[in-house]
Amino acid sequence: MNEEFKGTENYIATEELQIAVNAAIALEKPLLIKGEPGTGKTLLAFEVAKALNKPIFTWHIKSTTQAQQGLYEYDAVARLRDSQFGDEKVNDISHYIMKGKMWQAFENEEQAVLLIDEIDKADIEFPNDLLLELDKMEFYCYELQKTIKAKTRPIVIITSNNEKELPDAFLRRCFFHYIRFPERPTMIDIVNVHFPHLEEELMEEALKVFYGIRDIHGIKKKPSTSELIDWIRLLKLGKNTKEDLQKIDYLTTQPPYFGSLLKNEQDYEHINKIKRAGQNTFRRF
Amino acid sequence: MFLDFFLLLKEEGLPVSIGEYLNLLEALNKRVTRFSVEEFYFLSKTILIKHEQFLDRYDLLFGNYFHGVELSEADKKEIPKDWLQKEIDRLFSEEEKAMIEKMGGLDKLMERLQQLLEEQKEKHQGGNKWIGTGGTSPFGNGGFNPEGINIGGDGGGRSAVKVWEKRQFQNYSSDVELNTRNIKLALKRLRILTREGIEDELDLHTTIEKTSRNGGYLEIEMHPAKKNRVKVLLFFDVGGSMDPYVELCEQLFSAAKSELKHLEFFYFHNCVYESIWKDNNMRYNDRIPTFDILHKFNQNYRVIFVGDATMSPYELTALGGSVEHYNDETGIAWLQRFVTKFPNTVWLNPSNEYYWDGTPTVKVIKEVFKDRMFPMTLDGLANAMKTLKGKKIIH
Repeated sequence: MNEEFKGTENYIATEELQIAVNAAIALEKPLLIKGEPGTGKTLLAFEVAKALNKPIFTWHIKSTTQAQQGLYEYDAVARLRDSQFGDEKVNDISHYIMKGKMWQAFENEEQAVLLIDEIDKADIEFPNDLLLELDKMEFYCYELQKTIKAKTRPIVIITSNNEKELPDAFLRRCFFHYIRFPERPTMIDIVNVHFPHLEEELMEEALKVFYGIRDIHGIKKKPSTSELIDWIRLLKLGKNTKEDLQKIDYLTTQPPYFGSLLKNEQDYEHINKIKRAGQNTFRRF
Repeated sequence: MFLDFFLLLKEEGLPVSIGEYLNLLEALNKRVTRFSVEEFYFLSKTILIKHEQFLDRYDLLFGNYFHGVELSEADKKEIPKDWLQKEIDRLFSEEEKAMIEKMGGLDKLMERLQQLLEEQKEKHQGGNKWIGTGGTSPFGNGGFNPEGINIGGDGGGRSAVKVWEKRQFQNYSSDVELNTRNIKLALKRLRILTREGIEDELDLHTTIEKTSRNGGYLEIEMHPAKKNRVKVLLFFDVGGSMDPYVELCEQLFSAAKSELKHLEFFYFHNCVYESIWKDNNMRYNDRIPTFDILHKFNQNYRVIFVGDATMSPYELTALGGSVEHYNDETGIAWLQRFVTKFPNTVWLNPSNEYYWDGTPTVKVIKEVFKDRMFPMTLDGLANAMKTLKGKKIIH
């Protein structure tokens, strides 16, 4: 193997994840990434591109996205309009073919990274429409009557948030990795990457509060890595010290900038209720 | 050499295919990983397993199959022997230590523990051999053997905790959101395309016609795109005899919520009477008069009742027959109102179709619904959706 992904200075990749990425690159298979929101699924594609020094094409999927849009779109109305004015362009249909992200990635001279982001947002049949394209890395353009084939097979990274089940035929063509929520040591590495000069004591206290909240049973939206990073950024900006964090009891004193950690108002009530009931669910009280 | 392992996975019901096995061999051939068990575990997991619900089972099988394959030196996290010795000195009396020696020392004890864990398949209480609670076996919680090892809790950690033995994916194996895909596909049959709203699509036919009338000069006509605008009312039976079907109903509900944009849902218990409710926590405080529903929604709404239709016959046919309150009108009368008001109404029954004929109330409701009762299987659901769409009853 000539190139290997090992994470970057801004992105901590576990050994597990590195192997998954490298296997997908070596065998030229799409890599399907799932995991809790905020564990860096989308970021992975950008970091792979950066680490391997390759261009990246991102295709963000919405509920209305169709598979065809990733390949190309033919603007018939524009052509019809142009024909009214006797525009010379009309005779060449290729002027009205708009290349999609997949076409662009296929066409790129050097190998590219193609990110298909949040594939579960699209219609339930969407992944099935891309089977051949991802397998063979080619498709047929009817308007131009030619087959578009990838010059070099791009590294395809697909993310999903599990809103819809993906079809088996699609899954069989992908490699799969589930990004687990980082454990404490990994988390410390991640925070270090973002805040290299964070005081150790503040980090210690912040992580205590953070994992304490995550461990509460019944929280609807658990705070994730990206929320922790935002929160620590705010703590730094607000010049908070570890003493501020030690005062927290969730009754009279809430953690500073609590809103950046908890995004669901029911969770506030939940914590308050547990606290008032005196259940010692928190790690530290 | 991994064929046996592959076949084991297949046998244990993991959805692995030959293509994936070949991929794994190819990856090994290409030296994607170095040769360590742990890296092989990561690699095989990423190639063979495609859903987090199977990860836990995979971890178990992997541990079982590759049991005894040594970890490379670097992976070992052995607890130094003298630490253990210190703990033993602290925890056990001289007498007890002598007993440990009698059984062959600590190593022997641990080996036996491993062996028992493998032999034992079920939860166990009492007795003197298996691991469980109480009892006099050396292993388990709250036992009396001085050599006792606490399973779970603090004890146990002997050496090298292997990654797959951590079983970190245990929780993912029982998600509710899983497996709604088939249900969603079945619900997709209930698709009634209409043109409403913003004109965002070229009306080719009218454009051509108008353009030709215009002497060849283009006159573009637009019309709204065809979209599924089917409107659905969903009524769920909750509580009592419906409890075994909670999971199935949850799946149907979550699938329906994501597939059907115009969906209203309500709950009832056993049969619909003069009021129903929207929030199960508020069922006694926040009720909606059934007449409001009948008046509010027009007959274009498709109505789906979900319930096992199994109750005491009085609940359907008698005044005051409801198990919860005194009803002024019979259950049948209320159901009849729905069937009359909404021409497209079906009843989905999660109970086994085989027993329908043996349950009198099922027969009665089936009659009221003019035979439009369907089992909650994929076929039943598909037929129900087809029936909801048109006038014909499809079984």
